[in-house]
Amino acid sequence: MTLLKIENATMRFGGVVAVDNVSLHVDQGEVFALVGPNGAGKSTVFNLISRFYTPTEGAITLEGEDLLAHPAHDIAKLGIARTFQNIELFENATVLQNLLVGRHRHKRTNLLSEMTFLGNARSEEKRHRQAVEEVIDFLDLQAYRDKLIAGLPYGVRKVVELGRALATEPRLLLLDEPASGLSVEETQDMAFWIEDIQKQMGITVLMVEHDMGLVSAVSDRVMALSDGKELATGTSREVQSHPAVIEAYLGTSGIQKGGDTGKKKKGKAA
Amino acid sequence: MRFVFKTDYDADIRWFKHGPQFFWYMLALGLLLVLPLYFVWIGNAYLLGEITAVIIFTIVGMGLMLLTGQTGLASLGHAAFMAIGCYANILLLNAGVPWLIAFPLSGLIAGIAGTIIALPVLRLHGVYLALATLAMSILTGDFIVLFDDYTGGVAGIAVPDISIFGYTINKYANPYAFFYVVVAVMLIVLAAYRNILRAPSGRAFAAIRDSEISAKAMGVNLTKTKATSFFLSCVAAGWAGALFGHSATYVTHETFDVIMSITLLLMIVIGGLGFIHGAFFGAVVVGILPVAIANMRSWASAAFDVNLTIPGLESLIFALIVMGFILLEPMGLYGRWLKIRTYFELFPFYRKDMFRRQKSYQKTERVQ
Ligand SMILES: Nc1ncnc2c1ncn2[C@@H]1O[C@H](COP(=O)(O)OP(=O)(O)O)[C@@H](O)[C@H]1O
Ligand SMILES: [Mg+2]
Repeated sequence: MTLLKIENATMRFGGVVAVDNVSLHVDQGEVFALVGPNGAGKSTVFNLISRFYTPTEGAITLEGEDLLAHPAHDIAKLGIARTFQNIELFENATVLQNLLVGRHRHKRTNLLSEMTFLGNARSEEKRHRQAVEEVIDFLDLQAYRDKLIAGLPYGVRKVVELGRALATEPRLLLLDEPASGLSVEETQDMAFWIEDIQKQMGITVLMVEHDMGLVSAVSDRVMALSDGKELATGTSREVQSHPAVIEAYLGTSGIQKGGDTGKKKKGKAA
Repeated sequence: MRFVFKTDYDADIRWFKHGPQFFWYMLALGLLLVLPLYFVWIGNAYLLGEITAVIIFTIVGMGLMLLTGQTGLASLGHAAFMAIGCYANILLLNAGVPWLIAFPLSGLIAGIAGTIIALPVLRLHGVYLALATLAMSILTGDFIVLFDDYTGGVAGIAVPDISIFGYTINKYANPYAFFYVVVAVMLIVLAAYRNILRAPSGRAFAAIRDSEISAKAMGVNLTKTKATSFFLSCVAAGWAGALFGHSATYVTHETFDVIMSITLLLMIVIGGLGFIHGAFFGAVVVGILPVAIANMRSWASAAFDVNLTIPGLESLIFALIVMGFILLEPMGLYGRWLKIRTYFELFPFYRKDMFRRQKSYQKTERVQ
């Protein structure tokens, strides 16, 4: 069954065509990866789904529901959560508070009950905290729960951002480069989490990732983009051996081959 | 160093994190409530009036803190919303509305008026809100003059007494009762503020302050949430304005000027942006500073036999203090207090860099 469907989406920024007539569908329960060189338009696809941008042309639907008919703040309520390539956390708040913001789509309190803490405010608060505590356990964030984001190491921030997205209890999770800048061990953890998110939580994942080891390990289908255009779609192996993909990567840093996770160079990101 | 072991979700929701904290806040509240006894004893309530004025400023301070410190939106026009609350209160009282209805309504009217004014600019960048509210503050006096049939305009208008179930409260006739009225309003605003911080709306405010883009991605309706913050902020300002009127007993078109608006913003910056405590520390400084400067001036004049009646001296010293804070202690007085407290809790293990932000990953340092 198709969960997310993008049909002939084009996004132009002035003269730049960031996404050029791209169509894709993500099925319920799968992990779908978008790969491609920098500037290929992958993040722009995410921003289209998040409704940060309105496509110049094309249609985007979630289980038949027209996403383009909704403003950006409705997207979380429809069950789509995301992370950002350049980590966008609430810096002056604790890890716990960040995850609690992820619960915003489940808010059932009104201003009056929140100000007086009468009515359902307390019970709702407990419900949110219980849900967040499960995410903290799942991602092993106990040690950081009361720490401010400002001052946390990069790797932990990436995990917190994943946690915040999970706290929304999404149907579709968009991960923009979840492993970029992570160490080998952290990347392996990320691979396990993505697998659990798919298999145990039943959440559909659409991710952008450069680490082909991670991509091959977790994704069911892969689409390669270059200059905003689709090059190939299929299994990770099919896409990596596709002539157009190999050509697109020639001259660039080269596609990172690998069958399992953790082959990524440590330290600086590509 | 204190470790607080949490065993249930209530531990994170509670107002006070641990017993000693509860004790200190209750002690402070107790002292505040018995304070009038001291002035009854010395038989002079002048200073109590000054303290009451400071508490009125904490009310509008909390309102502005919610907007600026919590939501990240600066208003340079909160004196204008105080004026709306003040005049609404006066007009309602003069129309025969009982104080217990007129007073809450005055805040509500200020809140609604503020939201209507702010709504068109809330979609734009924060600077436009600051400019729009500044313009509003500059025009307040003109509006009061324009509607002088109702407001008394330049000549001013007398503020009726507070009347609660037939019991009349006037700042001069019974300063003690007035003090308790002001404290009650302050406590209500404080409780509401504290509650909202531990609820989804409070966290949505902070989310907008820190990252609008991910707040949006988490389902926070930016315009609606900003408008809510603005509304609540203006309600507090309106109440403070109404109480300010009762305290002044007579207001004119010059009472709520743009200088007052700016002072309010500086007040919460000095106190510590983003902390409720900051509203209190800031109000105390703003309340004490003019008195302290005046006293020092007369002392210096006498001691060194010089004439120090320089116009604008207060403003100059005030400005210097604010600049000092922004340069040297961006976390405000409350931040300074946190450092001192940590020093004693950790003694002798305090490190100089303890509160320095760890260098966080700069986005620009990373390529993609
Ligand atoms: N808001 C924008 N305004 C103008 N150009 C943009 C904007 N967002 C993306 N682009 C351009 O679109 C292209 C694709 O960018 P992006 O989607 O971020 O690539 P990727 O995530 O695949 O590295 C780039 O050329 C980028 O400069
Ligand atoms: Mg990108």
